Amino acid sequence: MDEAYFTALIPRIWQALAETGLMVSVSFLLAGILGVGLGLLLYASRPGNLLENRVVFGVLNAVINIIRPVPFLIVAVSIIPFTRLIVGTSIGPLAATVPLVLVASVAIARISESNLVAVDPGAVEAGAAMGASPARVLFTIVIPEALGPLVLGLTYIFVALVDATAVAGVVGGGGLGHLAITYGYQRFDWFVVGVIVLILIVLVQSAQLLGNWISRRVMHA
Amino acid sequence: MTSILIRGRETSGLPATATVKAPPVTTAIEFRDVSKTFVTRRTSFSALTNVSLSIPRGDIFGIVGYSGAGKSTLLRTVNALERPTSGSVFVNGHEISALRGRALYQARQRIGMIFQQFNLLQSRTVFANIAYPLALAGVAKPEVVDRVEELLEFVGLSDKAFAYPSRLSGGQKQRVGIARALANRPDVLISDEATSALDPDTTAEVLELLKRTNAEYGITIALVTHEIDVVRSIADRVAVMERGEVVEHGTAYRVFSRPEHPTTRRFVSSVLQHVPSDETLDRIRRTHSGRLVQIAIDNPDASDPYLSRISREHGVDATVVFGGVSEIAAKLFGSLIVELSGDDRAVDAAIRDLARTVSVTEVPHG
Ligand SMILES: Nc1ncnc2c1ncn2[C@@H]1O[C@H](COP(=O)(O)OP(=O)(O)O)[C@@H](O)[C@H]1O
Ligand SMILES: [Mg+2]
Repeated sequence: MDEAYFTALIPRIWQALAETGLMVSVSFLLAGILGVGLGLLLYASRPGNLLENRVVFGVLNAVINIIRPVPFLIVAVSIIPFTRLIVGTSIGPLAATVPLVLVASVAIARISESNLVAVDPGAVEAGAAMGASPARVLFTIVIPEALGPLVLGLTYIFVALVDATAVAGVVGGGGLGHLAITYGYQRFDWFVVGVIVLILIVLVQSAQLLGNWISRRVMHA
Repeated sequence: MTSILIRGRETSGLPATATVKAPPVTTAIEFRDVSKTFVTRRTSFSALTNVSLSIPRGDIFGIVGYSGAGKSTLLRTVNALERPTSGSVFVNGHEISALRGRALYQARQRIGMIFQQFNLLQSRTVFANIAYPLALAGVAKPEVVDRVEELLEFVGLSDKAFAYPSRLSGGQKQRVGIARALANRPDVLISDEATSALDPDTTAEVLELLKRTNAEYGITIALVTHEIDVVRSIADRVAVMERGEVVEHGTAYRVFSRPEHPTTRRFVSSVLQHVPSDETLDRIRRTHSGRLVQIAIDNPDASDPYLSRISREHGVDATVVFGGVSEIAAKLFGSLIVELSGDDRAVDAAIRDLARTVSVTEVPHG
């Protein structure tokens, strides 16, 4: 390993890190908005809740149950036509973002729903007893009370996204996973693989610590 | 009820049923023929059956009964968390069971409720928990601060304003619950087993606070509990529930001193040893051959030495076989079971004589 080796490697790592950062942050942001929205809809349309609607609840529930168990790789490959339609290409970090958003949204929807459902029914009842409308109960009691565990759930999804981008890399998404495979694994350069794994560990660990800290700030349990 | 009531209270005009407070002019809560049936997929369960009950304004009204009697269901109809299947519920003359939507939400703001598990919002400070109902009622910010501070002072938690509920003891949590329930100056406070999760000392503190709430603000309190002791220490009136029905109700003094229904007797005898349970009564019947009378001690001012007098005047022997005297709502009461032996007609006369001074009930043999 000489100086030339590093001058060639380091820019590649920076670029891969930037690609991974782009894929993870864009898909996390979009999936966060979509997923939490879907989770709220799922919760509110549950039998007995604010927007009780068997059809909406049933359809959402079924769609989520169908997508969730499918391995990410298969989702990514099978929605290629859709990806092309949206971003114009099926290769590169931007293209990888489409299946990432889909998979993460579905997971976040389910996590949001279960955290909302898990809110102490006593707190909900107290809200109703004080004269809060069902909508008010949802926004000023159910969501704030669910926020702590929800942040932990989102952190889990963030970490899963870092993992999924590595897989996305294999199918042409770029990023750290792609670099580890093409530059490291396929050339038997275990040093590169080691460095990338280390970067991923630091990334995941920081995300987890940040998530824990935020959830503690909002939970007060 | 197998015993025969010999008119004593009425003829002697004793103040046995006079309440601690002046008789109420109006009714705060009225249940009118309320029934509730829970229908699930397979079964239907009748939790309330034709309950009619009036709770006078300014009273502390205790509803006791064993678990599953329907107490919570009944209480929850007061703020329409539960709707009667038939019948209606009035709060301050308004039919709450007929309200929907905004009108209902507004009515609920004037009905405070406290819970066994406190049901505070964990994500908010004590201050924010108490401010929550004020925000619902659209109270302006500066006023909210003043009101919350006043309430914190009232419940003795001024130093905990910015603590989170998870840092509080059970008693402190219930104090916050009470402050929150009082925030919008309700006319009525309903309490579902509010002390059942607390230890005896803390229970006493919380009950003291409820008493103070009732005395200082004149708020009507309807409280549900399976602990008869809670009722004894604060209620003016009592209703006893069993299997979805009110089996007995009256002033606390009357219910405790002369429980009529077997369930009431069982409840009362569990805390007041001088009222024999039906089992004890059976044992007394077996071991005493003379005629038994139950004398209610509810006229503590009577200076008449009635036992020795009837014994002397009618030539009967009077033996106390069971009993005791305690205090409720600052009044003495209790009961004695006295065995009267002698000529049957003399005993008859003695009982009639007794009935002029005290409330006396013959306990039949067999
Ligand atoms: N939502 C419900 N669905 C079905 N049954 C219920 C429901 N709520 C209460 N019950 C039943 O009604 C009965 C009375 O309940 P409750 O009012 O909670 O009694 P208590 O408060 O006196 O213990 C119980 O047998 C209970 O199982
Ligand atoms: Mg109950």
